[in-house]
Amino acid sequence: MSDQPLFSLRNPWFGASVGITAAIAVLSAVAGLIWLPLAQPNLKLAGVWDAICSAAGVPRAAVQETGIKPDFKTSNVVMTSEMLTKVNQVSIGRGATLAQRCAICHGPQGVSDAHSPNLAGQFAAVTYKELNDFKTGARVSVVMSPFAAAMSDQDMKDVAAYYAYLPRVPSNNLDTGRPAPVIVVTGAPMRNIAPCGSCHGDVDNKAGSPWLGGQSAVYIKAQLEAFASGARRNDISQQMRNIARQMTADEIDQVAHYYEAQP
Amino acid sequence: MLINKRLIAAHFWLAFIVFGVALVLGAWQMFVRSPLNAWHFNPEFYYRSVTAHGSAMGYVFPTLIAMGFGYAITEASLEKELVGRRWAWVGFFLVAVGAVVAMIPVSLGLASVLYTFYPPMVGNPFYYIGVVMVVVGSWIWVALMVTNFVIWKRENPGKPVPLAMYANVAGSLLWGWTAVGAALEILFQILPVALGLKSTIDAGLARVFFSWTLHAIVYFWLIPTYIAYYTIFPRAIGGRLFSDAMARISFILFVVVAMPIGVHHLFADPQVGAGFKFMHSVFTGLVALPTLLTVFTICASAEIASRLRGGRGAFGWIGALPWSNPIMLATALSLVMLGFGGAGGLINMSYQLDATVHNTQWITGHFHLIFGGAIVIMYFAIAYDLWPHLTDRALDSFGLMRTQLWLWFIGMIVTTFPWHYVGILGMPRRMAYYDYANPAISPQALSVTMSAIGGFILLLSGLLFLLVLIRGQFGARGEAGAYRFAVPLHMPERIPVALNSFGLWLALMVGLTVVNYGFPIAQLMALNETSVPAVYVGAGR
Ligand code: HEM
Ligand SMILES: [Cu+2]
Repeated sequence: MSDQPLFSLRNPWFGASVGITAAIAVLSAVAGLIWLPLAQPNLKLAGVWDAICSAAGVPRAAVQETGIKPDFKTSNVVMTSEMLTKVNQVSIGRGATLAQRCAICHGPQGVSDAHSPNLAGQFAAVTYKELNDFKTGARVSVVMSPFAAAMSDQDMKDVAAYYAYLPRVPSNNLDTGRPAPVIVVTGAPMRNIAPCGSCHGDVDNKAGSPWLGGQSAVYIKAQLEAFASGARRNDISQQMRNIARQMTADEIDQVAHYYEAQP
Repeated sequence: MLINKRLIAAHFWLAFIVFGVALVLGAWQMFVRSPLNAWHFNPEFYYRSVTAHGSAMGYVFPTLIAMGFGYAITEASLEKELVGRRWAWVGFFLVAVGAVVAMIPVSLGLASVLYTFYPPMVGNPFYYIGVVMVVVGSWIWVALMVTNFVIWKRENPGKPVPLAMYANVAGSLLWGWTAVGAALEILFQILPVALGLKSTIDAGLARVFFSWTLHAIVYFWLIPTYIAYYTIFPRAIGGRLFSDAMARISFILFVVVAMPIGVHHLFADPQVGAGFKFMHSVFTGLVALPTLLTVFTICASAEIASRLRGGRGAFGWIGALPWSNPIMLATALSLVMLGFGGAGGLINMSYQLDATVHNTQWITGHFHLIFGGAIVIMYFAIAYDLWPHLTDRALDSFGLMRTQLWLWFIGMIVTTFPWHYVGILGMPRRMAYYDYANPAISPQALSVTMSAIGGFILLLSGLLFLLVLIRGQFGARGEAGAYRFAVPLHMPERIPVALNSFGLWLALMVGLTVVNYGFPIAQLMALNETSVPAVYVGAGR
């Protein structure tokens, strides 16, 4: 037996097993790569080679041209979880100087009662993204847009670094005993709303999601309503618009007051 | 003759301890996401638990069983001491330490990526390093099985390798090759990102590599069960194996076609072309063949045993089987679960039907029925059969064993049938929370509750199982005699070289891998701009 050859055509097992395997492979390839794609009326293939490429998953030029462009600007910032997380003293120093012109609304310490967002302690990536969106027109504000228009990319990074460096200050409405609304903790699965806390802190924090604790309730509410109505649309992939549209007016009110009361 | 009993017992004990812990997590998961539990826990704990449960049940437990059983088979069937005993202990410690290394970050919440990894989620590097250690430990076992096989063949030219050993080596070779996919994914894609050397990852390619492992790993889990069907069951019920050659062909078919079919796990993924999905489906259809052969051969072997005991009639012989024998009972229950699970599998493997069950609870129901049910119940049987030989003590709590096996079967049916059903209703898998008060979900509440109750029955059965083994460690002393495997109806004197070696089958396995995976992998590697930023799990808190 041991002198019986294995890899030889004289061994019937060799011929049969290789033959059967190859036959199945070839037949399934012909069916999967040629016959089935050609049999599909919607694919509009130019021929056999085109069918093979399409079924093999080769990206095809024709597909790329059909994207529909929106008639408004969208954010061009690419968010990553590590973006602007490295502290740079020089940048903070420059940011402190640049931020003097912001102080009238956002407060000298990054906190104010003017219902404009409190920036002290905000993630740098968040501040940077918003400034960028104001500059490109993805987010529009009569007050902020002219400021951002004049800023360079480095200016925006510096200001963002400075505000991230400032300590968070609790608002006057601080009330840590306030129970968290259901929507913050569990979301509303049937309306496709993830828990607010799964991105905005508490449960988890996701890249680009601002820290909401201590923000003015008026401001939070205005933003959620703007997302819901489509007046604001610089959220990447409609992350917030999809949520805000599904929220009830009551829920918006609850979360606005809840987050205002958080540290 | 079993010589390295401590080595084998260590593998089995560690396996069952891991199993016991993971079982508790499983029952907890069933409970917290059911209507029995009012919402009051951090959902992140659920994902920690699923990661730990899945990694333990999927990677550690069956690997240790395959290794321990493999060493037992080597010594018992080749009738000589295992070559490479020291290496075997090294492998064991690698698996044990790897399991601990992986579980620490998981329990700290630093690696809740689920056992399928699925980039761009990336967790703590030690989780992946631990998994790699488990795999490397098992590769030592693969090398030892092949070495012992080759040495025995050299010493016994012209003689057929005993079936149990042949099947065991088939399983080890299959695992050796199939683990390569996940190893490539971890070493070249995930670890560089987890260690902070890179911040982007090609998630599509990673999933293709994982699918390379994901299908055949289930056959690696399955092979100890099939070995038990073929080589323990007929002997235990006093019969003979219907056909030795049929058994070899089944294991060979697993080696050749179990691996190059993994893309059926990516039917819903965009990065693989439809043509390759079709090719993988065709070969997936083929892999049903060895299972059908096995069911036929095992039923035929049971019939032989029954007729030897005086069983008569076209179906009357079924009643004459030794039903009070735990191995008989376990095998029969296993085959029933295999039948139901196999029917579900046919649904999963068809492109269109899969779309309706993809990522629903149907899938978890399905693999618990096949893996937790049909496969694991035979792990119990293997342990029951082997225990007296490992401990040199009698294992005679037969009533307890039968109760345990029945409870496992009933628990599994009660757990998985409603689990499948809610999947058809659209309940997604891998979610910590379901709002059963919601009218759209409330019809699922009853089924999920039943499922959770089934989970507790399983937990009870698992505890009983451990109890039987512990009692076995303290039973009356007695020599169990040599450990033997079933004898075939016709003892092969000479068999074709193809049924006694693996060269040809390995060549076909690798060849088919190249045909079925070569282009998709090469194309994804060649495409630019396919990487996405990693999402670090547990970061930023
Ligand atoms: C030996 C038996 C078992 C094995 C081999 C096993 C294996 C697995 C694996 C590999 C996963 C990972 C699935 C994923 O990540 O989606 C899993 C998930 C899970 N298992 Fe098990 N398991 C077993 C027993 C049990 C038992 C007895 C229960 C219940 C008491 C259970 C409950 C669960 C639950 C609830 C999940 C999570 C499903 C999800 O959320 O998608 N398992 N199991
Ligand atoms: Cu599969």
